Amino acid sequence: MTKPLLTVAGLQAWYGESHVLHGVDLHVNEGEMICILGRNGMGKTTTLRTIMGILRKRTGQIIFDGRDMMGVPLHRTAQAGLGFVPEERGIFATLTVQENLLLPPVVAPGGMSIDEIYTLFPNLAERRSSPGTKLSGGEQQMLAMARILRTGAKCLLLDEPTEGLAPVIIQRIGEVLVTLKERGMTVILVEQNFRFASRVADRFYVMDHGKMVSEFPVQELPARMDMLNQVLGV
Amino acid sequence: MTTLFGVPVQALLGQLLVGLINGSFYALLSLGLAVIFGLLRVINFAHGAQYMLGAFVALLLATKAGIGYWFALLLAPLIVGGFGALVERTMLSRLYKLDHLYGLLFTFGLALTIEGTFRYFFGASGQPYAAPPALQGAVNLGFMFLPIYRGWVVIASLAVCIGVWLLIERTKLGSYLRAATENPVLVQSFGINVPLLLTLTYGLGAALAALAGVLAAPVYQVSPLMGSNLIIIVFAVVVVGGMGSILGAIVTGYMLGVAEGMTKVFYPEASNIVIFVIMAIVLILRPAGLFGKDA
Repeated sequence: MTKPLLTVAGLQAWYGESHVLHGVDLHVNEGEMICILGRNGMGKTTTLRTIMGILRKRTGQIIFDGRDMMGVPLHRTAQAGLGFVPEERGIFATLTVQENLLLPPVVAPGGMSIDEIYTLFPNLAERRSSPGTKLSGGEQQMLAMARILRTGAKCLLLDEPTEGLAPVIIQRIGEVLVTLKERGMTVILVEQNFRFASRVADRFYVMDHGKMVSEFPVQELPARMDMLNQVLGV
Repeated sequence: MTTLFGVPVQALLGQLLVGLINGSFYALLSLGLAVIFGLLRVINFAHGAQYMLGAFVALLLATKAGIGYWFALLLAPLIVGGFGALVERTMLSRLYKLDHLYGLLFTFGLALTIEGTFRYFFGASGQPYAAPPALQGAVNLGFMFLPIYRGWVVIASLAVCIGVWLLIERTKLGSYLRAATENPVLVQSFGINVPLLLTLTYGLGAALAALAGVLAAPVYQVSPLMGSNLIIIVFAVVVVGGMGSILGAIVTGYMLGVAEGMTKVFYPEASNIVIFVIMAIVLILRPAGLFGKDA
């Protein structure tokens, strides 16, 4: 449990001329679930996109599973074992639920089988032949996650999975994350909702203006509530 | 003589057939354009030139190498498709980061270059290309004589259109294509080699154009400008069908071919412009095209 699966050091990134990450440092151990907190526009989503290699204008260090990821092209990042679930979910409208699910190629053994996925997400099983975007927001989020779980990715980059969803759906997503944790999945979660995150995450980072400003384990969360309320502006 | 709406049935059926044949070429060509536009967002102005290349490859295979129609039907799309893939990989792919207008300008320049080169070597006049012996002659359908080759063109193009549609809508590769059309970056982050997919797609579009060219060679004559005469109509077909819509391109291709044929029966003076009139009306009433999604 103590070996870092992913280490990010001094990561800087740019959108065109605009400098958006100013030296991000973080690490995730194997089987750990960390959560990045922070207000909108502080670089949380950008951090995930840069680790994944979607944002290419970047400097610094990304070591995943002992491998330097900086020179790896985007279409090879997934094969290394990183899986990305974007904030907008990215469900394809012209594909059925099943086609969406089968779209990402399997990159390693150990992913969930279709049967396991349909057991974990019974809603998706019922709607496997309907178009992807006919699903509700919650079902789309489940599908976006399920899609990556099938591939055998070792580390899941999960961007604001609870955004815009009803409390009962959020609870369901929480249960899924607990299941993933039991299976030994490593997760980087970006969340605004830290009450939700506190139920699943082992460790927290707080992000402000393109870098990490604090890091603490979940046990210290109660003691830091005042600071968090201030930084997150809730 | 039997008449329908005051027109002899023979004339009506004859023009229906001519319309279906023209429609076959419209459908094959607009299908390739739609596939390319859908994924690459490039309006492929070289499509007419690739159609012409297909016909010329067939002609040259026959005159220089003695290779007949049936092999040409297979070889010409492969050669022109390979050429298309090479052009995409070495040149067109460098323009994706720029405004889409550059892709259009590039393919337009490419078309002029190819057509100019062929005009230099072969002159502007058409050269005949014979239909294969098995498809020569005509059959008596009772109400009219059907030239066998023309019947073959309709059936072959319909089969190819359905095949390509199935490839895109029903296969794994097709699901990559549809997904990459919607969100190429996400598809690439899943580990799918999207740049390769773009190259293959452009190659497929060029191969479809070349196939249409081989099919057309015995019907029309083989000339360097055969594509540029046709391509403007095909663009109108794509616009009416809805930019990037595969089914729209196919259905609209046949529909407008038939509409053009029927106009020749009822009001011949308008037959050259009827497709553009339909395009104007569709653009006013449904700007996204008959099968396009409003977005």
